[in-house]
Amino acid sequence: MSLSTPIFLWEELVPAGHHWSGLIRRGTVLRLTDIDGGANVSTLFFNPEDKLERYNMADSLKAQHTAFLTTGHVCYSDMGRIFCSILRDDAGWNDTFCGLSDSAQVQAHYGEANFGQVRNQMYRNGQDSLLIELGKYGLGLRDLVPNINFFSKVSCDDNGKLSHHPTHSSAGSVIDLRFEMNSLVMLSTAPHPLNQASEYSPKPVLLSAYRADAVADNDVCRTQCAQNTRGFILTERYYAI
Amino acid sequence: MSQFSLENAVLNEVCPSGESWMGKVKRGQIFRILDLEGNQAVDTLFYNADDASERYSASDTIRRQQQLYLEKGSALYSNLGQVMLRIIDDTCGRHDTLGGACAAESNCVRYSIDKRHMHSCRDNFMHAIAHHPYSLELGLSKRDITSNINFFMNVPVSANGDLHFADGISGAGKYVDLQAEMDIVVLISNCPQLNNPCNAYNPTPIRLLVWDAV
Repeated sequence: MSLSTPIFLWEELVPAGHHWSGLIRRGTVLRLTDIDGGANVSTLFFNPEDKLERYNMADSLKAQHTAFLTTGHVCYSDMGRIFCSILRDDAGWNDTFCGLSDSAQVQAHYGEANFGQVRNQMYRNGQDSLLIELGKYGLGLRDLVPNINFFSKVSCDDNGKLSHHPTHSSAGSVIDLRFEMNSLVMLSTAPHPLNQASEYSPKPVLLSAYRADAVADNDVCRTQCAQNTRGFILTERYYAI
Repeated sequence: MSQFSLENAVLNEVCPSGESWMGKVKRGQIFRILDLEGNQAVDTLFYNADDASERYSASDTIRRQQQLYLEKGSALYSNLGQVMLRIIDDTCGRHDTLGGACAAESNCVRYSIDKRHMHSCRDNFMHAIAHHPYSLELGLSKRDITSNINFFMNVPVSANGDLHFADGISGAGKYVDLQAEMDIVVLISNCPQLNNPCNAYNPTPIRLLVWDAV
């Protein structure tokens, strides 16, 4: 990984509580920046060449013997390949088993604020936001599987009882995702579903893209475990000419 | 309880080791999965029998109860936030819903690329959805295969987020009883995994039973 400041190909702000999707190509790093602290980015990945291939929470966790994702981990598809590698994660924990907020939960917790009342400050939720983005590619409810909640930490005790850590990510925290596959990226900046804040208070996230260096033999994600080394080999075979 | 005898069951079938199984459980009925010989992981998905786009959701089940493991008293939620079934009895003690199903492709990653040709739970799911009349009625496809429950499987997570596949805590004759809160189609892979201890390296048959509500 280059130590110099990357040259950004583009930047785009995703305002608090909004949603975004796009095609990120193999060899590109997508940087997520938590501008204010306390952000949540609910995210799913799909293969644009075969949209049945999608992010798989269980395969990502069991291959890497972890219940969360951070630097050195990769995000596996259900086809034994790697959508992206986590090169940098300043906050150090990303939840992938809690899923999304939905309209009933947001309304019950925060009340109602619709477009007619507050225009684009309306209360959005993770499930409806991702369904809007999925629909743009012919996908829908059946394609909505357990997602990643970047910048959000949810741990458990010995009995499996969950705890959400609301101050986990501080202002300026960065996550760098190096894409190993061409990927449709769907994301929502609605609050984490276990966020207990009394006010609806989503946070904005800055997206920045830059060109990745070639994956070195001693790459932190490739060498994280033998499973990841095989994951990289299988992903490279998919793109072999 | 005497009403839960084999004679009273309205469905009583054995799923051989390493095979798939589908069945229907009506609202109010009790569905039992019985581990006949012990330490057998049972990879299970549930669908709304009227519309399979409503299905079991691991993340809803975990989030809505703020609890990672399934045990007696747990509700099993759908992706639309409805309770599909509840665990009303359980002689095993803990079941997993993080570990998902084994697949030819993930076996390549986890063990060795030459393991691709070993039988797997997803291949069982694919076989069942291609052939079983309940699948054909619902129009199931790979899109509908989501994160499942592994009954009788022990996947402890520590406070620092480590996850590992522990030896099973189930034994011969252990069972879990689920009461349906909607009409359900069940899709099971009786896990054929031979590369880790989830089946004690010896996959064995299970019995599936359904009783009418009393």
